[in-house]
Amino acid sequence: MTNPSANPTRPIPGRPRSKTAQRVRERLIQAGLVGCALFSILITASIVVILAAEAIQFFRLDEVSITEFFFGTEWSPLLGAEKHFGIWPLICGTLLVTAVAMSVALPLGLITAVYLSEYAPPRLRAVLKPTLEVLAGIPTVVFGFFALTVITPGLISLHEGFEIYNAFSAGIAVGIMCLPIVTSLTEDALQAVPRALRAGAFGLGATRFEVSVKIVLPAALSGIVAAFLLAIARAVGETMIVALAAGSSPNMTLDPRESVQTMTGYMVQIFLGDASNYGPEYLSSYAVAFMLFVMTFGITVIGQKIRKRFREVYQ
Amino acid sequence: MSAEVTTFGPDRLSRHGRAASIALRMLKDRGFVVICILAATSSILVLSWLLWSILSSGLTYLDWAFLDDVPSRKPEKAGMGPAIIGSVLVCAVCAFFALPIGVGSAVFLEEYKPTKGKWVKRLHAFVQLNISNLAGVPSIVYGIIGLTVFVEMFGLFGSANDPALAIGSHPFEASDGSSYLEQAWYYFQLPIGRGVLAGALTLMLVILPVVIISAQEALRAVPDSLRHAALGVGATRWQMVSKVSLPAAVPGIMTGSILAMSRAIGEAAPMLVIAGIVFITYTPLHLMDDFTVMPLQIYEWAKKPQEAFHAVAASGIIVLLAVLLGFNALAVFIRNKFHKPLS
Repeated sequence: MTNPSANPTRPIPGRPRSKTAQRVRERLIQAGLVGCALFSILITASIVVILAAEAIQFFRLDEVSITEFFFGTEWSPLLGAEKHFGIWPLICGTLLVTAVAMSVALPLGLITAVYLSEYAPPRLRAVLKPTLEVLAGIPTVVFGFFALTVITPGLISLHEGFEIYNAFSAGIAVGIMCLPIVTSLTEDALQAVPRALRAGAFGLGATRFEVSVKIVLPAALSGIVAAFLLAIARAVGETMIVALAAGSSPNMTLDPRESVQTMTGYMVQIFLGDASNYGPEYLSSYAVAFMLFVMTFGITVIGQKIRKRFREVYQ
Repeated sequence: MSAEVTTFGPDRLSRHGRAASIALRMLKDRGFVVICILAATSSILVLSWLLWSILSSGLTYLDWAFLDDVPSRKPEKAGMGPAIIGSVLVCAVCAFFALPIGVGSAVFLEEYKPTKGKWVKRLHAFVQLNISNLAGVPSIVYGIIGLTVFVEMFGLFGSANDPALAIGSHPFEASDGSSYLEQAWYYFQLPIGRGVLAGALTLMLVILPVVIISAQEALRAVPDSLRHAALGVGATRWQMVSKVSLPAAVPGIMTGSILAMSRAIGEAAPMLVIAGIVFITYTPLHLMDDFTVMPLQIYEWAKKPQEAFHAVAASGIIVLLAVLLGFNALAVFIRNKFHKPLS
């Protein structure tokens, strides 16, 4: 009878006193969580609106023409009497570095992933996985330093034609940076293929190679393509490596031994104070950023579409 | 009947272009294994080559004074004291904003999944899609957004050098009669300028998708039976989340957050847009003060033409990698120590 919890008027500690208070609290918390989630949509919206607004302001300037920007092949915003804003040299430089990077990262990453998923003995796996995780955690400025001080001198000693800043060295470093992404995403895609498919092929007498190449790879194709696209988006948006190793001369060239400027490299040059605020060259960085955003966003969205649309569904 | 069987014999297989010889097929298999091992070990070789080249040139200037000294024109005197303190400050402020918002978003996405209502469901799916898209945006784009939104605040409050609102500064008369504004540690201005706060908020935009995705994974790992039990004894949704699923997910959330912060410490591109390359020889006094961070300092040294500064940059990289290693070790420790199977 003296048990205090038996007293009905005394609230149990830590419990709201009334149902209404509790309901209000629940609603408030839910609203706060919705606010957190909407914040991410706000970020996307502000990226699009700010970049578009500043880019429009850039196109309104007298010295800029929108046709020249999208079709021009000369980019000389800082030097010379007449400024030219044709974005193709920057896109060309970006694509050149990305192409070199992908020719390193995609084959190596794909083969490593197949090996990890289908072949690797546990002991080698225990070394490879942490190695790739460490590579994935290294800041990009470190890869840039590596490209500038190790890869470039190595390339020059092999072949005289390489310039001190060149697209090839930056591309190799970007490729090394992308390697862990390609490997882990591809391995995830391969692991998602059900064991029964492999067992069926083995049962018909296929070798391990035939199972990997003829059964597992085709079944995981959509995931692999999505992984590749994600790596391409990362390479296109990579900044510090190209700012250190690729140089800053917007060349319209396909020769990877030459110095190029990528879209991100141009933005770094502008924001390091080579241009006065609010001049056309300063505003042009927003237009370039908008192009870069559209490209990477487009690649990411295509990757998601492919993964969703062409996924083989197994139960 | 026997004729039917022979049509599936070895002759028929070879006519269709399939490798009939078992020896050849086995050879292909062996060859592929060799290629695989070469490709797989190349990543180990590259990593060890990278670490070796940095260690071999970076150990020259690395001593305790390097951690404390200020940047200098002379390579033997240069240090990264302000950069280390700047990194710590920026990351702490960044975590203060990014973790609550990130975990809140993850709780909304995982624990408040709508069961009915077409539009609510669509909104939910859209938020999820949006977050994975945000994770793919190049970090320099976030830097430009941070510059416009945080540093300049769209120009609504005038320029950063002549702020419309300033709290915590008062005129100070120096001994030689000149007067200037002295700023207290709680100094605040609008627009916030190229300071620690702007850097931290920009970094928050960069790592927010990472925090959200890792917190979501941690919450997803909590078995549903725990949630059903909590709801079954009459808990409300928030009571279920705050007393059951969030506590169970805390080790996973912490591991993911630490890894996100290690990404933030290494991020250079957005910091370069916000802070620029400034010669800083002092510790930031308040959140509006100029700052530099470790990767930015490394970039500045690596960009210099003198060979000696490349060695200094390598020393800086060793410090940065040591910090990252510490973060990763902490994450692994938390994962191993507090991880208990729940199902």
